[in-house]
Amino acid sequence: MINNLLKGWRPALVLLLLFIIWEMAVKLADIPAWLLPPPTDILKEAIEGWGNFHEHLQSTIKLSLLGFVIGSSVGLLTAIILHLIPMVRESIYPLLILSQNVPIIVLAPLLVIWFGFGLMPKIIVITLVCFFPITVAALDGFRQTPNELKHYMMMAGANRRQLFWKLELPFSLPAIFSGLKISATYSVMGAVISEWLGAKSGIGVYMTLASSSFRTDRVFVAILFIMILSLLLFLLILLAEHFLVRWKRMEAERK
Amino acid sequence: MSLLSIENVSKRFGENEVIRGLSLDVKAGEFVSILGPSGSGKSTIFNLIGGLLTPDEGTIRLQKESIIGKRGSISYMPQTPSLLPWRTILHNVLLGQELQGNINREKAIEMIEKAGLKEYIHSYPHELSGGMKQRVAFIRALLSPQPIILLDEPFSALDEWTRLGMQKWLLDIWDSHRPTILFVTHNIEEALFLSDRIFVLSHRPSHVISELKVPFSRPRNEELLLENRFLESKRTIHFALKRSNRE
Repeated sequence: MINNLLKGWRPALVLLLLFIIWEMAVKLADIPAWLLPPPTDILKEAIEGWGNFHEHLQSTIKLSLLGFVIGSSVGLLTAIILHLIPMVRESIYPLLILSQNVPIIVLAPLLVIWFGFGLMPKIIVITLVCFFPITVAALDGFRQTPNELKHYMMMAGANRRQLFWKLELPFSLPAIFSGLKISATYSVMGAVISEWLGAKSGIGVYMTLASSSFRTDRVFVAILFIMILSLLLFLLILLAEHFLVRWKRMEAERK
Repeated sequence: MSLLSIENVSKRFGENEVIRGLSLDVKAGEFVSILGPSGSGKSTIFNLIGGLLTPDEGTIRLQKESIIGKRGSISYMPQTPSLLPWRTILHNVLLGQELQGNINREKAIEMIEKAGLKEYIHSYPHELSGGMKQRVAFIRALLSPQPIILLDEPFSALDEWTRLGMQKWLLDIWDSHRPTILFVTHNIEEALFLSDRIFVLSHRPSHVISELKVPFSRPRNEELLLENRFLESKRTIHFALKRSNRE
């Protein structure tokens, strides 16, 4: 893990280079700030506007965490139900894939009509984008449990519940964590989209206000913080994985 | 008195008749081997005893009670160690007991130490060699509370040297605990070296072509493998198998 962080200087350097090119291009071509502000302006706005911005940031953090927890719980629960009751899996799984084809942008206003402007439609939006990666990953994990281990457990007299809790669930943890990592980044995006629906505060609200008043620098500040937030959430999952699926890592290191 | 008795069991999968009229029995405290060529339905027999499959005909009784379709009445050691990679050796050993309800941690630790795996007690399976893993799998089966242990070609994946070591280790531990064992193998020498009685199986559809009482006294050591009487027994079985092949 520390090794990976040390390797991080390469992408950081590329990013820095990109910013320098951006800054110079904007200055040399004399592009107006409402079209494309230089990175230094964005940084200045991020610092100066912090007093106003941190409130929005806070509510987005709260919303994405809540949505992520609910969304991934729904995802995991769906996977468990589909796995344990094969009939349900056969009849529901194709529909789950369809659920991912409904464009959120179209669905969101409908949700507002049905559920109003409260927390409910927002959580539904985040759950919709969050649950799918976890369900798919967990289902694959459950299914890939090695037959020899299953056979041993059955011969030794494990019942369905023991088979699941003692074998299938722990075996799928690495897969579930892959799903969680994807969902974690989606949840921030989902939260921002859901805030467009109408909220008092949040990065989504801040973003809409900024873009409609041509404060492009603020739009970029919003983007910057969305990225940071996604990254932090991702790191959090990575950390949890580090402690919970130690065995997989040790096995890999040995090979 | 037999602890486990299988009478006249037949099993077919569609057109494919795997077992026809198989009968055998195991007495308490006995080490019995089922010896048969590959593809003679040995694993099917175990799946029938383990309750994963049900026979088309015949009875399977453990302590006079029918165990057809009843899982968990026997303790089992598979061909591959089948240890759970996220559990330490100690917790892997406890798994068999855990599934049945009662856990005896002290006894597990004692057995692991006796098996010479003391320093690995808190290690994970991937840190152990193939032979060590099989020892752990055997201890797991030994500690399970069921009255009989089924061993399904447990040493077939090991190299020659490790296998002999493991066979001697198994004899040792069997001598001190005297569990009832039903052992499946395709290796004539292994069956002769380890067991009290051997049931020789035919090709498919399999049935018992001969039952053999192993005449060697215990404790046995590896010199036995080269003695004339051992080779004589080996020849007898070999010809019995060959004869059944021709029929």
